[in-house]
Amino acid sequence: MVELSEPFLELSGITKRFGSFVAVDDVNLEITEGEFFTLVGPSGSGKTTMIRMLVGMDQPSDGEMRLQGRVMNDLPANKRPTCMVFQSLALFPHKSVGENIEFSMKIAGKDKAKRRARVDQLMEQLRLPLSYYDKSVTQCSGGERQRIALARALAFDPQILFFDEPLSALDFRLRKALEKELKDIHRETGKTFVYITHSLEEAMVMSDRIAIMRKGRIVQVGTPHEIYNTPKNKFVAQFMGEVNTLSVEKAGENTLKVTGFDEIFTVTNDLSDFTTGFLIIRPEVMKIGKSAAGMKNKIKGITFNDYALGSRVQYQIRIDHFDEPWLVERLQDEPYEGRRGDTVDIGWRPEDSILVSS
Amino acid sequence: MAKPSQSDKISWLKQPGVLAALPASLFLIIGFAGPLLLVVGYSFMPSKTFSLLQAPTFENYTSIISDSYYISFFWSLAMALTTVVLLFIICYPIAYGMARLFNRWANLVTALIAIPILISENIRLFGWVLILLKNGIFDGSMQSLFDMSISGLLFTVPAIILGLVYVYLPFTLFPLVIGISMVPEALKEAASDLGATRWQIFREIELPLSMPGLMIGGILTFVLVLGSLAEAKILGGQAIVMIADDIESSFTFAQNWPKGSALSVLLIALSGTIVFFLFKRVDLDRVIGRR
Repeated sequence: MVELSEPFLELSGITKRFGSFVAVDDVNLEITEGEFFTLVGPSGSGKTTMIRMLVGMDQPSDGEMRLQGRVMNDLPANKRPTCMVFQSLALFPHKSVGENIEFSMKIAGKDKAKRRARVDQLMEQLRLPLSYYDKSVTQCSGGERQRIALARALAFDPQILFFDEPLSALDFRLRKALEKELKDIHRETGKTFVYITHSLEEAMVMSDRIAIMRKGRIVQVGTPHEIYNTPKNKFVAQFMGEVNTLSVEKAGENTLKVTGFDEIFTVTNDLSDFTTGFLIIRPEVMKIGKSAAGMKNKIKGITFNDYALGSRVQYQIRIDHFDEPWLVERLQDEPYEGRRGDTVDIGWRPEDSILVSS
Repeated sequence: MAKPSQSDKISWLKQPGVLAALPASLFLIIGFAGPLLLVVGYSFMPSKTFSLLQAPTFENYTSIISDSYYISFFWSLAMALTTVVLLFIICYPIAYGMARLFNRWANLVTALIAIPILISENIRLFGWVLILLKNGIFDGSMQSLFDMSISGLLFTVPAIILGLVYVYLPFTLFPLVIGISMVPEALKEAASDLGATRWQIFREIELPLSMPGLMIGGILTFVLVLGSLAEAKILGGQAIVMIADDIESSFTFAQNWPKGSALSVLLIALSGTIVFFLFKRVDLDRVIGRR
């Protein structure tokens, strides 16, 4: 965790309108020097528009962006001390690996020997073979191209490094490896990273803090831990992955009733300000069969499907008058002992309930 | 064992594409390769003869130097080079606009530039004669509007260049539009993000990446101008003689087929060599990023 201090990059009231469409709506954010900050949102949430304004390729319709206290709204991209790794990587196909990496230094008029020394240093840091200097970028593999793009951006020595979903086109294994590598590089360089992705999972792995965007607005900002454990609303909770969501209303001091039905569940959440909202239970805290027997919150249903998720198995349980099936997950090496079509108990501990009001 | 060997013989015919390529191949052999070989053959025959069955001689080639035909070669090369350079300067901004800025107006611009091609080149050139003529449209307008006469425009080298630039503009422009459209917008944004100014983006990214279009447009225009005839005759009068003019008069007025053939062979060799070296110098595959 990075210690929170005075804001390095400060956004106040950032708004971007395209005609009558508001792509980014009054965004206020403070990003601290040296942190790994990730903007997460589904496609169309405005995150790409957001980053294009941050790099200087688009101008905000309203609001102010300050980097170290200096307003940079009107600075064009080539005058900003920031740099971006593109979704398409945007490597220059007619230049070699070395020429790509040293591009910003050539532009700045640095002499050849200095450029070469820095390129070698970066290639070493990013584990690119030094012999690649003269190799054409079009002959490099996906992972290598990612590293070249990152090296090219680092060579610029930016105050903030932006990332526009650069890993989204890669296969799962390579993406996982590069996520960790990126986090290592963040630690080694100590630079401020601002990352954009549609995958909260990816954000969780790398980020110090995460901002969740929806329809041009920031829904929640917090550490991965905070986002996971105390989602602010249904959208954030469901964005994390598959969850059981119930529309509920307050029934007693620590009990909730499912809206429209008779089931009563016990929770440990503070209900003093709560009237109606949503009860969210993650599939991995749900118990099934014998292990659900002694649970305080318990309900009967019929298992009708199971899916192998790799390390876990997911069961879908049909329960009378619930439209959606309930999801229960167990570790793959301790599966549920029953068969498909069995009537079973499923349940969860009151303290595993997540409650949101909207 | 006889059967398979027989089917082997005709199996190449059954390969996909062979039969489909046959009509075009025959046409090219009869209509293109054949006449070309005839021209090469004639170029080694004695001067002013019409039979191909004589002892070969180099006299046609040696007389090209002594008869100072190199001057026409020089003019053709100079015209071609000047036209290509001028067209690059004129076409790059238009092509850039058509590829990037005009959006839905680009089709209109394309049509406006393409429609004149439907009219015979000679007719369009005679149109220019009317404009440039003494007491013509331009001169006459200047006289009546500003009371000054600007005559002597027609039958000059600049008039020829004007005609060449006018006629061959589409041949430079359209490949250039394709070349410029091939440069991804993200590459320019990336270059700008890395600190490059507009000029640096142009020099480092756009120019090299639009080079295939530039090369194809340039070579096309160059070769066409090298073999052009009408502009120099109609707009140039007696100002200069271009090599295609010499070739034409050898075949027609002088009835000297071997001399005309020798000039043609030299012209083909010249433009072939230039194109070959240009393509060699700029590695198109590397530029496009295929290697």
